[in-house]
Amino acid sequence: MLTIAVTGLNAIDSPGPGVAVIRGLKEAKSFDCRIIGLSYESLEPGIYMHDIVDKTYQIPYPSTGTDILMSRLMYIHEKEKLDVVIPNFDAELYSFIKLAPRLKEKGIHSFLPTMEQFEERHKVNLPAFGKKYGIHVPRSTSIYTPNEMLQLEKDYGWPLVVKGKYYDASLAYNFDQAKSYFNKISAKWGFPIIIQEFVHGTEYNVTGLGDGEGNTIAAVPMRKQYITDKGKAWGGISITDKKALTLTTHFLKETKWRGAFELELMKNKDGEYYLLEINPRIPAWIYLAVGVGQNIPEALTRLAMGWKTDAYESYEAGKMFIRYAWDMIVDLHEFEQISTKGEL
Amino acid sequence: MKIKNNIAVSDNGFIFNPASGESFSANPVGLEMLNLLRKGKEAEEVIREIETKYQVDSSTLERDLNDFIEMLKQYHLTVIDDE
Repeated sequence: MLTIAVTGLNAIDSPGPGVAVIRGLKEAKSFDCRIIGLSYESLEPGIYMHDIVDKTYQIPYPSTGTDILMSRLMYIHEKEKLDVVIPNFDAELYSFIKLAPRLKEKGIHSFLPTMEQFEERHKVNLPAFGKKYGIHVPRSTSIYTPNEMLQLEKDYGWPLVVKGKYYDASLAYNFDQAKSYFNKISAKWGFPIIIQEFVHGTEYNVTGLGDGEGNTIAAVPMRKQYITDKGKAWGGISITDKKALTLTTHFLKETKWRGAFELELMKNKDGEYYLLEINPRIPAWIYLAVGVGQNIPEALTRLAMGWKTDAYESYEAGKMFIRYAWDMIVDLHEFEQISTKGEL
Repeated sequence: MKIKNNIAVSDNGFIFNPASGESFSANPVGLEMLNLLRKGKEAEEVIREIETKYQVDSSTLERDLNDFIEMLKQYHLTVIDDE
């Protein structure tokens, strides 16, 4: 029986992947597990899903620093004897990657990208990344003032994609719109703002797992079918796109990526793929991969534990996921417990 | 012109392209035409077979089939030369 800690329990309209990851872990054929939820907010729905989460502990925000996070994790470890931790947020990955060796000394395993891989794939560094590994990426520039867009408007043409350092992306069709997004996004996520050339086409996503030695352990491409106003997939379908899979294998081989990831790809009208973004973690739609035959959370856990892990060779195409919202009835004392004691 | 062999077509005329994830719906005559094309029949043979089953003049049928084939190409359901 493994005890696995999982973050990202916010199964909301812009969902964290935690609940889907846990479903994969619970369906793992090669081990049984207990799930310890790690939450930031008292209203993350996963905290109250007692059929899949055995116990939840609040953890401090990444901005408080790694030492505070470490001491909280040690408190939890003392009580729960954690074997594996699976962080699922971009913003917390830096801390967990940094703490990984210390956590391992204490017996808590993880399987994360190296700090170099994590930094290199950053939106700000994507053009250099594309050049280094021979992958098409849309042209982009990091800027600090709205006026810098005046030149980019000439180079890239309208519309332009205005992106935040970590999250948020908006499509601007003129300078006024671009300026307004610049201000909104920089107020929320800070600088720089990334201005990216817009590639017309169809968006595809691939989730997968690299073993850190250049091998593909899992890869499943998906086409979004229903997108929310926040740009999140609310429905999608597994596909067999060979070019997307070839690009994924190339990415893993070249970068020797370690851990789970999601590639956001755009296929233009000539059938060329552009890499829009690399998310260095499991995506919220991971349960589709589990459902079509590639249990990525299970394989990731096995790699973290240092167990022999075979690569998945196939999956079922033409299977859909359709997300839904579900109201739970929760006693106030549970909310009180997690809010005041930080445990439930 | 050949229909891609990985295209899935249901008895109801629901068409799924597993490479792109796109799906389409064909009416009963479209479905018949598609199934004949999938068997590798040439346009002339398709016209002959449909003509024997339905009351339609061959020029209308030919035009409709050409339109249909163009649509299949446009939706990337046919094999192009470099594939």
